[in-house]
Amino acid sequence: MNTKYTIVIAIVAIAIIAGAIVAYTYSDSGIIVLNGTGASFPYPLLDEMIKDYETIKHNVQVDYNPSGSGAGVSALIDKIVDFAGSDAPLSTSETEKAPNTLHIPETIGSIAIVYNIADVPSGLKLTGQIVADIFQGKITKWNDSAITKLNPEVTLPSDTINVIHRSDSSGTTFIFTGYLSTSSTSWKNGEGLGQGKAISWPTGIGAQGNAAVAQTVNTTKNSIGYVELAYAIDAKMTYAAIQNPSGNYILPTLESTTVAAQARASSGLPAGSESWSNVNLLNANDANAYPIVGFSYIMVYKELDDIPEMTQERATAICEFLWYVIHDGQNLAKQVNYAPLPSNVVEINSATIKSITFNNQPVLK
Amino acid sequence: MINSYGFRKFKNRFFFIICAMCVVIAVVPLASILFEVVTRGAPQLSLTFLTATASRGGIGPAIQGTLILIGLTSLIGVPLGVLSGIYLSEFGNNKYAQSVRAINNILTQFPSIIVGITAYGIIVITLRSFSAIAGVVALAFIMIPIITRTTEESLKLIPNSIREASLALGAHKWRTTLSVVLPSAKSGLATGVLLAVARIAGETAPLILTIAGSRYFFQGLNKQMAALPLEIWKNSLQSSPTLQAQGWGAALVLILVVLSINIAVRLVSRSRMKT
Amino acid sequence: MKLTGDKIFKISATIIATSALAILLITGYTLAVGSVPVIQKFGLNFFFGQQWNPIEGKEVFNILPYVLGTLATSGIALLIGVPLSLGIAVFLVEMAPKSLSVPISYLVELLSAVPSVIYGLWGLFIFQFWMRDYIQIPLTKYLGWIPLFSSSQSSLNIFTAGAILAIMIIPTIASISKEVISAVPNSIREGAYSIGATKWEVIHRWVLSYGRSGIFGAIILGLGRAVGETMAVAMLIGNAIGPVAMPISLFQPGQTMASLIANGFLDTTRGSLASSTYIGVGLTLLFISLIINVGAHVVMTRVFKVKGGAVE
Repeated sequence: MNTKYTIVIAIVAIAIIAGAIVAYTYSDSGIIVLNGTGASFPYPLLDEMIKDYETIKHNVQVDYNPSGSGAGVSALIDKIVDFAGSDAPLSTSETEKAPNTLHIPETIGSIAIVYNIADVPSGLKLTGQIVADIFQGKITKWNDSAITKLNPEVTLPSDTINVIHRSDSSGTTFIFTGYLSTSSTSWKNGEGLGQGKAISWPTGIGAQGNAAVAQTVNTTKNSIGYVELAYAIDAKMTYAAIQNPSGNYILPTLESTTVAAQARASSGLPAGSESWSNVNLLNANDANAYPIVGFSYIMVYKELDDIPEMTQERATAICEFLWYVIHDGQNLAKQVNYAPLPSNVVEINSATIKSITFNNQPVLK
Repeated sequence: MINSYGFRKFKNRFFFIICAMCVVIAVVPLASILFEVVTRGAPQLSLTFLTATASRGGIGPAIQGTLILIGLTSLIGVPLGVLSGIYLSEFGNNKYAQSVRAINNILTQFPSIIVGITAYGIIVITLRSFSAIAGVVALAFIMIPIITRTTEESLKLIPNSIREASLALGAHKWRTTLSVVLPSAKSGLATGVLLAVARIAGETAPLILTIAGSRYFFQGLNKQMAALPLEIWKNSLQSSPTLQAQGWGAALVLILVVLSINIAVRLVSRSRMKT
Repeated sequence: MKLTGDKIFKISATIIATSALAILLITGYTLAVGSVPVIQKFGLNFFFGQQWNPIEGKEVFNILPYVLGTLATSGIALLIGVPLSLGIAVFLVEMAPKSLSVPISYLVELLSAVPSVIYGLWGLFIFQFWMRDYIQIPLTKYLGWIPLFSSSQSSLNIFTAGAILAIMIIPTIASISKEVISAVPNSIREGAYSIGATKWEVIHRWVLSYGRSGIFGAIILGLGRAVGETMAVAMLIGNAIGPVAMPISLFQPGQTMASLIANGFLDTTRGSLASSTYIGVGLTLLFISLIINVGAHVVMTRVFKVKGGAVE
């Protein structure tokens, strides 16, 4: 009996000691780990960039947690990360809490309206008004006349629509509800509705993060949801063609996203240190543009010394990584269906990154 | 007619079957959980999976994080819990000890998410960062009451004659307690510690608010850290089948740890009863 | 007065034993201080209102739907879990031969060793579809006209969350009930048999009623576990928010206090009204859980006549 005990205790002890040893070796290995948190919208691209960057810079690791834009902005304000990701620019009151924040658009993506209806392929035609009515609980059946009228060639079931939305505070939701607000006045002015990173959803199931929305739509029959295009393609989902301001029904694709980005982002953007709260890429005025498109931003403090325990080494690592993201990293965008940044945005970003300081000295020369 | 002997016998048999059905209904989920975790998780297992970082499709940091959490939490939780248990058992015949005992019993039933908020409030906000240490504090809050309780219970089982014999030989009470009573209760103590370890190894909710997860290996006590339960939770929210499969792999590792501790404890305590 | 080894030992043990009290006080203090702003702002409406609006400038945070959601899922868990647990306890003590009852009670206790997040994982990928195909679809098909059974077709809902909680509380209730039933003196059984009762009648009329306060205590402990359970519920309940989270139908998405905190707490900025809201939800959960656990403690103390912690 005693031997059994000794064995059990020995195993536990060995495990603990092993953990401690590994812990010790890693704590002093000279590797700089940059911490970021926030938007899940750009994560498929950012994930590729981080893996690529690990092979370029062996002593820098980037730990980005796709916990949602709301969590990203909160972490930025609380100064518990080196940089944050958010698809929603800082609002006025958030800017007050995190003054001197720089906005660095890292990529451009579109939001696909995904659905899971048996035997209905991608390309169901929907308008912004119809999508708003579905998410508001006004249209509750798939064979509602508003939908069947646009899609006479599709057989739609008489089943109840299962609405899937985000449960966390999300920049994807911010762009999506911004689009719904431009499409539907009852959405714009509704009680608890309008544009926001989180709203009081009138119907539906909440899921945490873009990937969880994709998973829930995939496992729930007769459901509809909204996710960034890369997630929709990765999870082999079906998605709708949405009517753009020119009246055309457009599927979200790399091309229709790029067209929208060119039309809306090629001029008239603020500098990185200014407010971006009025910037959006919705409803681009081009016959082939997908209407629900948005920037995803990386946010950093202009003076990196604002963050506790910042060092010169760390500050340099942050700026070099950001520089990589907006230059070489953009080459990875197309393969995961994000639109590469237009050259004017890259120029603005380059100036923004060069303006970052540590102890009032520019970090990059 | 309704109370005829035949009907009563039928009722007797009927409820026997119902009760047996209850057992089946309870065991089916356990069987299904074990089956799914093993069949979906086992194909994942490989040296790379167990040791590499997320970038190379592994859960190494999560396993390391869980080991660190178990180790450091035990470092705090075991001595404090055992000493509290000693107090309740050896000096516990007063009003104060009774209220401590009552509070302790209530703490063992505490919702763990509340412990998470508390650790967030006192550690994360003070340090201005998610950190391994905040996770350790949260888990220690969960572990201490459990160990206190099991320690008290196993010390109570030691007959007073043993204490008296030691005291009669002239040993001090502290000497008696530490060198005579504790060693006699060692299997009970070990059982309590192991069960507490199994319990905290699977705790998830407090970790969301404290260590927050990481892609990489341990970077310091004041930094974010990965852990197996968080890895399972995050992967369960993914749409990509590869990542979901990694979640099942992590679940298999966690369940192997937790269940083997439970089974070991069971085997040991059974052999104790026999001897 | 000389400080002897014994005194030092006793004093240090006493101080350390105070850690239980300290944990409770720290928790209570942290939550109480953190929830002051939101309670000041909304008063009683915080607890009894249904509105929820996180949009800046229009913020309203009322938590009644989540309090009721917690009660609803725990209630479902008890409705399903208590009969099952009692059946198991009766089977193990009164019916099964020892060679069967030992391994079975062991298996049932293993259910409590499975971590909550693994219940959630299993629930998300397997269990919810059992619920949908074998319970929800038949029920809504035939009884869908009753509001309680009206449904969308998703199985991420209050009922699924309640059902998984039922599985999770079975070990708690079954193992305590087992002890209670074993503790019923054999003279009671023998007396009943001697007047010609069948085995079931003995169990049902004498054994269970003799042990009813102990079983009641076991049920309250099970309730305590269900109320505070977080991960499995957060993964399965469907995370509705605001007035639509009011639990009206079994098959609608809902939200509990614990799942709300797990889902949203990290989205908030330190010191903001939203952050205070989640801490306030934590305070409410703490309060409810304290009431339940103190109740259980009182009942169990009476049942087992605990004196100085020892079961006599």
